[in-house]
Amino acid sequence: MAKEKGTLVTGTIGDDVHSLGIRLLEHAFKNIGFKVVPLGIQTPQEDFVKAAIETNADAILISSLSGHARMLCPGLREKCVEAGLKDIKLYVGGWLTTDDSNWEETHQQFIEMGFNRVYQSTTLPGQIIADLETDLGTMS
Amino acid sequence: MDNVFLLIDFGSTYTKVLAVDVEKEEILGRAQSASTVNDNMLKGLRNALKLITVHGKPIDEETLKKSVKLACSSAAGGLRLVAVGLVPELTLEAARRAALGAGAKVVGSYSYELNEDDLKKIEAAGCDIILLSGGTDGGNKEVILHNANMLANSTLNVPFVVAGNRVVSGEIKKILDSRDKYAEKTENVLPDLDKLNVEPARSCIREIFMKRIIQAKGLDKAQEFIGDILMPTPMATLKAAQLLADGYGHEPGIGELMVVEVGGATTNIHSIAEGCNPGRPVIQKGLPEPYAKRTVEGDLGIRYNAQTIVEMLGTEKVLNEIPRIIEKTNLDLREYTSFLNEHTSYVPENEQDFMVDLGLARSAVEVAVERHVGTIKEEWSPHGTVKIQYGKDLTDLKTLIGTGGIFAYNPQPQKVLEAALYTVNNPFSLKPQSPEFYIDHNYILYGIGLLSSMEPVAALKIAKKYLSKTVVSSNRNSFTP
Repeated sequence: MAKEKGTLVTGTIGDDVHSLGIRLLEHAFKNIGFKVVPLGIQTPQEDFVKAAIETNADAILISSLSGHARMLCPGLREKCVEAGLKDIKLYVGGWLTTDDSNWEETHQQFIEMGFNRVYQSTTLPGQIIADLETDLGTMS
Repeated sequence: MDNVFLLIDFGSTYTKVLAVDVEKEEILGRAQSASTVNDNMLKGLRNALKLITVHGKPIDEETLKKSVKLACSSAAGGLRLVAVGLVPELTLEAARRAALGAGAKVVGSYSYELNEDDLKKIEAAGCDIILLSGGTDGGNKEVILHNANMLANSTLNVPFVVAGNRVVSGEIKKILDSRDKYAEKTENVLPDLDKLNVEPARSCIREIFMKRIIQAKGLDKAQEFIGDILMPTPMATLKAAQLLADGYGHEPGIGELMVVEVGGATTNIHSIAEGCNPGRPVIQKGLPEPYAKRTVEGDLGIRYNAQTIVEMLGTEKVLNEIPRIIEKTNLDLREYTSFLNEHTSYVPENEQDFMVDLGLARSAVEVAVERHVGTIKEEWSPHGTVKIQYGKDLTDLKTLIGTGGIFAYNPQPQKVLEAALYTVNNPFSLKPQSPEFYIDHNYILYGIGLLSSMEPVAALKIAKKYLSKTVVSSNRNSFTP
């Protein structure tokens, strides 16, 4: 395996139980050389932050399919600030709302919450990996 | 006569004394006299003591000498505190909650890095103490270090309580010490993102209040006579509420409760309650709530802020809250409240005065309780609706207690408490739905809080004996003005 490209904390947030998307991504991330810290499903915001501190993570990636992300994600960036994770990247993707008809608006909402990247459910793993390599400066 | 305790409150307007017999668990008498803030408070206290009667007779020198004296104070501006934190909703909010629970008046709140303008404002705020927080334990340390350096290099000469990231609290104390600032370090108000820890900061603030701030305010002459002034008055009320709710030893309490305190300048709400309703599945958001929670509304008071209430809610709303048809045509509410603003120690003289007081107090209580309790909102999801709760759910609360001047002198104090109840007009505000009402007719709650520091069982029994339950008109919505 090549030199590690960075450490990623992954999981689904709050009451979300949909694990398939994030499992596929974790598999892709590992294969390409990232260290993955998988927290599994129904992870509270605090646990993402704690795991990121302990593992000195570069990014937190949240997958969501329940349509609740708009309710479950606000406050995560602020918690990272208190916890001293000032440079950490936050990514979120999936079915973020029950109504995806206005993607521009949804995207903007999550950017305002402090996320660095926001993806629709149709995004392929390659896109996310390319963005990670750009954002973390670990392009091969 | 032994067993006599004198419970003293040095208020900004009045010095109040309550005499109790802890053995018989009886209130012997109470009196108040104008505070003498510019004259070391002792004169006002002596005047009040002259007025107090025990079994119909003035208190004798012997009893006075032997009695145990416990005092709290809100005189000379109360305990004015500036809170500094990192993220507004996290460490700053945690610091504010610690401060309010310590009976402080929060006169400034600052988040992220302080700049020169912020410092000027803090210097101008005339505060008695600064509570410095920021970062969870092991979390961000740059911001609190920056803020400590800024504050250390300021002209401020007030004590500091350092209650931030444990990793740098020693270093922060050194920074402040090196510029001759008095600083005490204590545990972090938010050691972890999901753990609020307000008690250590609260007791640290109280300690500094007792040992340093009282002197700074020139109240130390009174201390020579009565011993330490134990705490700021609002903290005494919160302590009484907690004792009454939880009980002490084998003496049971009365369970979760809310105290509504209406004053001339502010309205305080204290709740001793977990604030979660097990029968209602919700997603809880926001900072964890303290079990003993106090909120203060600095813009709601029925004398100093009578005009503010009318300006905020409108004359029509306040008139609607007046529970009896009086000659409203003769009443110019704006003119009358402006008179109250000018005459802050005005005591109602006729029915109209009493009724307007009720209208103002009901308006103040409605808003203050709304700001204290949590809210619930529904969001759609693919599985139906989910409920998101912020703050405390107090809908099932069983007990509501009213304290403050209006509950002692107004003929219909229960009308004030009714304004604290849940209404269908505001269905997302989690206010108590059908609690029992208790009225503090004798204005004893602060005294109960003081007494609890030495005689908790007697204090509890006296509170249970003297708070009177009143009849409720069960449904606020059926209330017609």
